[in-house]
Amino acid sequence: MKGWLLHHRQAAEQALRRLAATPLNTLLGALVVGIALALPAGGEMLLANFQRLAQRIAATPQISVFMALDATRKDAAEIESRLRKHARTREVHFVPREDTLKRLKSSDGLGEVIESLPRNPFPDAFVVVPIPEAPEELERMRGEFAEYPKVEHVQLDSAWVRKLDALLRLTRLAVTFLAIVLGIALVAVTFNTIRLQILTQQAEIEVSRLLGATDAYIRRPFFYFGALQGLAGGLVAWGAVLAATLMLRGPVGELASLYGIEFALHILPLADSALLFGLAALLGWAGAWLSLARHLRG
Amino acid sequence: MIRFEQVGKRYPGGIAALAELTFAVESGEMVILSGHSGAGKSTLLKMIPAIERPTHGAVVVNGQNVSALKRAAVPFLRRNIGMVFQDQKLLHDRSVFDNVMLPLAIAGVAVRDAGRRVRAALDKVGLLEREKAMPVALSGGEQQRLAIARAVVARPSILIADEPTAHLDDDTAGGIAAMFHAFNQVGVTVLVATHHEALFAPFMTRRISLSRGRLLP
Repeated sequence: MKGWLLHHRQAAEQALRRLAATPLNTLLGALVVGIALALPAGGEMLLANFQRLAQRIAATPQISVFMALDATRKDAAEIESRLRKHARTREVHFVPREDTLKRLKSSDGLGEVIESLPRNPFPDAFVVVPIPEAPEELERMRGEFAEYPKVEHVQLDSAWVRKLDALLRLTRLAVTFLAIVLGIALVAVTFNTIRLQILTQQAEIEVSRLLGATDAYIRRPFFYFGALQGLAGGLVAWGAVLAATLMLRGPVGELASLYGIEFALHILPLADSALLFGLAALLGWAGAWLSLARHLRG
Repeated sequence: MIRFEQVGKRYPGGIAALAELTFAVESGEMVILSGHSGAGKSTLLKMIPAIERPTHGAVVVNGQNVSALKRAAVPFLRRNIGMVFQDQKLLHDRSVFDNVMLPLAIAGVAVRDAGRRVRAALDKVGLLEREKAMPVALSGGEQQRLAIARAVVARPSILIADEPTAHLDDDTAGGIAAMFHAFNQVGVTVLVATHHEALFAPFMTRRISLSRGRLLP
């Protein structure tokens, strides 16, 4: 056990020495890997932010219930009490038709049009905040409310949430695809770097074998080399995404405020950062493994 | 300790490098292997640490048939055999100290212990003051002594050397020969291939002669 740990420490030190011996190559390697990884990592950062935004906006689905135009205030009171007693509603707001008219009259452009109307074209309405969030259940509630007497129309404000959800899923797929393609590129880059390493270490490999080194002993530093190069690339990618996040934060916040949304771009979540480093190291290791299997034969 | 039984080596194309070799080297013995260039001395030596494998017969080291050894077991055989190669095989990108350290690192010796043993080995060959030098800065004789230090640092029970005195002037070569004798005196089994057998004459060692791949009686 102690000897095994010692061998691993020596292999890691040796890999670090080899990386340090050619700083320019190491830097360029880390940059190539880093830029390749920065694309999916940046995509993931944007996606995580969009998801957070979408969740916040769509957190409270609403059901709008419109009364018929000939419904009396008494009818409306009847519906209001039924809605309030309903087990699956959280909040019920009554919006009288007069208020709707007043509100729209004061709005730009529409005021004159509405002024010219002979009578109030708006019905009494309710805005219902339901307890459940599942689309199927909301759909069922919509159908139920539509059956109430003197109710003309019930509208579910979740259709656009579904569209957004589908869009996010598609984007997630694209980011995953990008990650796979560029992950393969990372493996290929490491494969080639390790091939060159094996060539330059030919003498050491030969002498070590003659002095009783096992295959594992000879391979170990190359595994560490590949994993460390991947990790360095992961750090470059993480730094690039961080820089992009901080640079975009201001403009994105301004854009969001134009839409009346308060929103600050978040940096890559911790779990995603850990995944980035882990995958980068693992893919480097895999590239080294492939290269050793191909180029280091007894 | 080392036993060759009807050993033959035939390379593809039908050239027989060695044929019908049968001899033994006892534990603690020192044996000189002589013969002209191309007689097969190097091939014979390389069979002991299983660098070369015989096409016929068996090579037995410490009771183990190394000619039939699995690939995975070969490293552990080699750790018990010190080797001085004809072309030395020093690593020129690292210091004298680090060259001698290599066998201990491979064997997994703890760093503090290893440092002490490296210095002891360098001291024995008279290179302690040069531990920080790079191999290229050493003279031919010093390089040969470095190769010997690396061969003995892991305290192997067998030491084999292929032409360790080639390209050295007589005084230096004599010193190297005496060094092998000194290792033999502390119990190491030594097998040296050389065509300067006169150098080893003072030590009254047994001699095995090879000619065209066969033992001379």
